[in-house]
Amino acid sequence: MIDWGFIFSQSLTQAIDFNAIAFVLAAMGINVHFGYAGLLNFGQIGFVAVGAYGFGLTLTWFGIENVFVAVLVGILFSVIFALLLGIPTLRLRADYLAIVTIAAAEIVRLVARSTPLRPITGGAEGLNQFIGPFRDLNPFSASGTYGFGPWSYRGTQLFVIVVGWILVAFVVWMVWQLMRSPWGRVVKAIREDEDAARALGKNAYWYKLQALVLGGVLGGLGGMVLAVGNASIQPDFFAAPQTFLFWLVLILGGVGRVWSPVVGAVLYWVIITFIRNLGRQLVSAGYVPTSVIDTSQIDQIQFWIVGLSLALLMVFRPQGIFGSREEMALDAR
Amino acid sequence: MTVTGSGTASRAGIRRRWALIAAFGFVVSAVLILVSGPVAAQESETITTQLRVENDEGERIGVEGIRLVVTTPDEEPVGEGVTDADGVLTLDVPSSGEYLMTIDESTVPAGVFLRDPTRTTVSVNVLPGQPGRALFALSPTPPIDDEGTVIGGSTGFSGRALAQLTTEGIKLGLFLAMAAIGLSLIFGTTGLVNFAHGEMIGWGMLMAYFFNFYGFAGAFGFLSGLPPPFGDGVNLIFAIVLAAIFGGLLGYAMDKIVFAPLRKRGVSLIAQLVVTIGISIFLRYVYLFAFGGVPRFYADYTAQTGVEFFGLITITPKDLVTATLSLLILLGVGAFLTFTRIGKAMRAVSDNRDLAESSGIDVQKVIRFIWIAGGALAALGGAFLGLSEVVSFNSGFRFLLLIFAGTILGGLGTAYGALVGCLVVGIGVQVSTLWIPTELKNVGALAILIVALVIRPQGLLGKRERIG
Amino acid sequence: MLDDTATADAPLSRLPWEPGVSKPDPILVVDSMRKAFGGLVAVDVDHLEIQRGLITALIGPNGAGKTTFFNLLTGFDSPDRGKVVFDGESIDNPSPHNLAQRGMVRTFQLTKALTKLSVIENMKLGAKNQKGEHFFSALVSGVWNDQEAEIESKADELLARFKMDHMRDEYSGTLSGGQRKLLEMARSLMAEPHLVMLDEPMAGVNPALTQSLLEHVKGLRDEGITVMFVEHDMDVVRDISDWVVVMAEGRIIAEGPPESIGQNKAVIDAYLGVHHDEALDLDEEEQRLADAQQATDVRAEEDE
Repeated sequence: MIDWGFIFSQSLTQAIDFNAIAFVLAAMGINVHFGYAGLLNFGQIGFVAVGAYGFGLTLTWFGIENVFVAVLVGILFSVIFALLLGIPTLRLRADYLAIVTIAAAEIVRLVARSTPLRPITGGAEGLNQFIGPFRDLNPFSASGTYGFGPWSYRGTQLFVIVVGWILVAFVVWMVWQLMRSPWGRVVKAIREDEDAARALGKNAYWYKLQALVLGGVLGGLGGMVLAVGNASIQPDFFAAPQTFLFWLVLILGGVGRVWSPVVGAVLYWVIITFIRNLGRQLVSAGYVPTSVIDTSQIDQIQFWIVGLSLALLMVFRPQGIFGSREEMALDAR
Repeated sequence: MTVTGSGTASRAGIRRRWALIAAFGFVVSAVLILVSGPVAAQESETITTQLRVENDEGERIGVEGIRLVVTTPDEEPVGEGVTDADGVLTLDVPSSGEYLMTIDESTVPAGVFLRDPTRTTVSVNVLPGQPGRALFALSPTPPIDDEGTVIGGSTGFSGRALAQLTTEGIKLGLFLAMAAIGLSLIFGTTGLVNFAHGEMIGWGMLMAYFFNFYGFAGAFGFLSGLPPPFGDGVNLIFAIVLAAIFGGLLGYAMDKIVFAPLRKRGVSLIAQLVVTIGISIFLRYVYLFAFGGVPRFYADYTAQTGVEFFGLITITPKDLVTATLSLLILLGVGAFLTFTRIGKAMRAVSDNRDLAESSGIDVQKVIRFIWIAGGALAALGGAFLGLSEVVSFNSGFRFLLLIFAGTILGGLGTAYGALVGCLVVGIGVQVSTLWIPTELKNVGALAILIVALVIRPQGLLGKRERIG
Repeated sequence: MLDDTATADAPLSRLPWEPGVSKPDPILVVDSMRKAFGGLVAVDVDHLEIQRGLITALIGPNGAGKTTFFNLLTGFDSPDRGKVVFDGESIDNPSPHNLAQRGMVRTFQLTKALTKLSVIENMKLGAKNQKGEHFFSALVSGVWNDQEAEIESKADELLARFKMDHMRDEYSGTLSGGQRKLLEMARSLMAEPHLVMLDEPMAGVNPALTQSLLEHVKGLRDEGITVMFVEHDMDVVRDISDWVVVMAEGRIIAEGPPESIGQNKAVIDAYLGVHHDEALDLDEEEQRLADAQQATDVRAEEDE
């Protein structure tokens, strides 16, 4: 039998859990990059990874057991990563940045999981012993369960969720404020036509670098949320296709609007959790024979949907599910 | 769609619909065929082991050709055998009970090490009706003692190692260059960076594997009795030719179904770029679904003894043949671009599309041709890479990053630049293993890419104007 | 109007009509500037001075290197060698934003209206030294609110002057080609330029708007802004320019007031070919066609 109650409550639980929060932050980073500044970042997962590792390494290898310092180091790592990628590529055509970011994200993953670095990064097993200082700050009872309606979380989960959504609120405010300021005007102008902005005295390169750093830091924050949510940092999570989940989230919500990553991430996690759980139940209840598909393959089909919807949305509804077509029609490129 | 008259329009519409259905059917049947894999028979009272080692990507791939000996606890010999392509060896034992399994260290290939060199014999307990499992931990890196010193197995720097690795680098570079031509020409003519090109390479690899094992239809059990090439596998040589043809078909389908309509709609290049990413992810996970996550080898020519040249380098016949072939194909492509009409047209479109269009070249036709030829060459490159490395659902993507490094190094959009860049990357990747751990060799290539962009963004052979 | 032209013309009325002639009060001085694409020399200018407060036209046949020269002057392309002095300051390695901040603002042949920004946002973008353009001050509205209000009222004034105030809040992507040219010109005025460089300001503008555009260009001069523009249309050149510089094959071949140019032998040769009075033989004609083809190629490359 299919347990619909379970499927729906799972979907709603995931909708606001730490994964969705991390996706909001990472997709907001891509929104700053692509939606506002026109930068093609195909390696956002690399920023997520350096943020997470910066955070985790501070608490383990550096031996500084202070969460706030760890967050600052995570941000610093993301900034350095952004500068490293941006300085050589932002003078070139947009697609060079795309190639370099996707390559750099793979470099980060391969280096982090490599055997020589095992004593520092934990190699392929990753980092698992850093959560203590964060849990010490938890005002909720670690063993208690909180919630109402279909939502129910343990105290440790709830802490991540509360901190995470406060962070999201701050980030949404910050991006909104920036994009209504003259700074945002310059950045959007560069997206529309870099040469026009330069002819008006704006240093396009410098603004693109700032936007790259800002979006990268947002990705890094997403990585830190994942790290504390999972209480571990696994290098193989940071594989290249992950970036495009963030892209899908952004495009679902509509490129270039402040709320779209929030809408997109919640929507994504509801849909994906629903499909995944329904699929598993269909298989395990015997409605779908295991010779056709087994439960592990349901997660693979998730990526079919991701790939197809990314392509289709980009062509047919670049304004997202709720956006208006008008603004997109202006895009004469 | 322009309506030239209701009759023609609807006929064109019907034809288009049929083409779509046919293409979809082609993809679906290919997937179905790949899905229905072989079914292994299971014997009772056996000892089985699977020897696997992590490759650069962290996938655990089987190690072939390792000899294992099973004895009773009193060291009475019971049986012995050699691991297959998946690293699996299953040996029959007379009854349940305890046995010893010993690994023959001399048969462990270069680049693979026992994680614990002292543990060459393990004891296996075989229960009635259940195969006994023997475990040997293998590692791609030499074992390290407590002080961090490598326990044996280090290659280190030597003239001989340098020559050998350079040779392997040239081979890798040639394969990459061949696979890169399509990417480079499509960029040159349409300005599109095709991120799904890696899946076109992977497609060639998987198609070669598929035909090599199952022929056209052998995957459907009841058809496997048909003579090759319809049932049963065909020889790898034919399988690779078929893979190239199917690669051309995939290129055709991608342009026909996806990119030609997008160009016609005037969809921006950036949006098209995201579409290539979508297709790439979709195909990669279809491959995973169909092929599974375990890397495998072709049925033919897997283990070959190398031939020594000049007392310095060892090359297996298969490597020699495939490398020579790719060199010839590359020269052929060069000649084709320089001397033939369509080749010249391709270069004209790539140099200045508007001018080419106004001088009567059918640009869309040229682009379609490039997709087909590029797809075929990518598939061929993939099939060759599968022969010298391993067949896996995501190797295409891994090679794509190397190809990006090569083409950008050589100058994005220039056919000859891609060749030079890929050779540099191929040699760089292989030779760098003299100093850096093998698992990080691709990192070196990607780092080169970033450094190259700082120093000479237009690439070795690129024109300055292209980048701005 | 006629009087205006006469007085504006006056400082140059006694100058000899020869290439590279020095002027009483140059705002821009170019020395030995050269740029080659591959083997083809696109620009090779020994000396050129642009008089302050006048409208100078840059003309020449197709492929003469005008656009390349323009790009070199505005920093959008870098010369192989050459020296530029703008407003008395020597400029090494100029970048477009740097020049714009010093007061040299350009427009483009293909207008660059920022389609997904509204007309008023386009205008406000033009203003220089905005406090809110710095990342951290952007986060605090209080820092830039007052300046923003000032900029906005200035932008509204300019829009009214260019008769575009009714489109204030529309996306600039909805404007017609001519309106975009107007917007681009108005936007460049927001930067309070000393020198405005217009790249084919009349190209692609419907005739109804041409006259209004011309008046606006003259209006710039009357405000004391120097104007330099590239143009094909000789009527336009005759109508509004005070001084004309003629380029051919990358060089400056003639200078002088607009009336003088029509009679200049070198100019006629450049436009019509050296042996225009004799019939071309077949070889020469082929050669000429090949040259023209090559010139279009270079132009196409520049356009990329």
